[in-house]
Amino acid sequence: MFRTYELYLLESLALVIGLMLTIFVIGAIRRNSLNARYAILWVGAGGVLAALSVYRPLLDFIATAVGISYPPSLLFLVAFVFLLFIVLHYSLVLSSHREAIRHLAQAVALLEQELEEQRSKPPAE
Amino acid sequence: MTNLVIIPAFNESDAIGAVVRDVRAHCDYDIVVVDDGSHDDTAQRAAEAGAVVLRHPCNLGIGAAVQTAYLFALRRGYDRVIRQDGDGQHDPSYIPAIVAILEGGDSDIVVGSRFLAREGFQSTLVRRIGIFILSIVSSLVGTRTTDPTSGYWGINRRALRILAPRFPDDYPETEALVIAAQAGCRIREIPVVMRARTTGRSSISALYSGFYMVKVILALLVVHVRPRHRR
Repeated sequence: MFRTYELYLLESLALVIGLMLTIFVIGAIRRNSLNARYAILWVGAGGVLAALSVYRPLLDFIATAVGISYPPSLLFLVAFVFLLFIVLHYSLVLSSHREAIRHLAQAVALLEQELEEQRSKPPAE
Repeated sequence: MTNLVIIPAFNESDAIGAVVRDVRAHCDYDIVVVDDGSHDDTAQRAAEAGAVVLRHPCNLGIGAAVQTAYLFALRRGYDRVIRQDGDGQHDPSYIPAIVAILEGGDSDIVVGSRFLAREGFQSTLVRRIGIFILSIVSSLVGTRTTDPTSGYWGINRRALRILAPRFPDDYPETEALVIAAQAGCRIREIPVVMRARTTGRSSISALYSGFYMVKVILALLVVHVRPRHRR
């Protein structure tokens, strides 16, 4: 296949973005600000996208196999589906966190009132 | 046999004291105010007026506030719980009548309806249309009420056991009615006259009225799809 200078530029750009993402994720794990299970998700997704954008024959092979006439659009499809699942996953996590916060806040309200009641009671003797 | 009046309140500093005193003037039941993370001194005013105050550390919404009060009632063994709104729209003079009906034992939930007698504050036309649509939708899934959005509720311990563990979130009344009906609660409406609020603002702005409708209808459908509460 005839390859232009622009294509190499694009691939390098994809590589740089992938590397930056990886460095950022590793840094976040080191700082304890990213849970390991999300880290695996992001590193895995970044790896797949990087592999597809750098190793062109793989992209062409998969695209041809599933009948996509313009192979680079496979990249967008993969990225889009991945992001869709991540966002859906976050909706689930947010819902369960919301529920947990509600239970916690309600428990705090009830306990605080009970504590105040105990304190304001005159001593037993 | 003990009764509890519960009042959920969010930023009702100007109204809450008078509301608590008004309730006190009509009955001698215990009063609980749930302060849903107010930014003003709602909790302090309520305590000064003689109410027990439960304070949410952050704003959780009206459904959670009612639920906190229900959990309190369940723990402390109250037999009947009557809800009043914190803005003074509910006239506490109906409380004894609601308690009397609950004591009669034929109803588990008594709802005060604005539309049975068509007197007093009737809300705006748009909202009335919305409430009418909701009453049709809720009757399709098993509860026939004229005012499914009313918060003027009295419940007995049976309904309390059903609702306290699983009270719905955002605009809870219609959904809670359907949940209770599905669990076998007997629901009765009585006519009440509601007042227009004097201070503060409704938690439901014009913009959110549409969202309210969609959310409640969705919630009703979801309730219908979800596995039923075991009796």
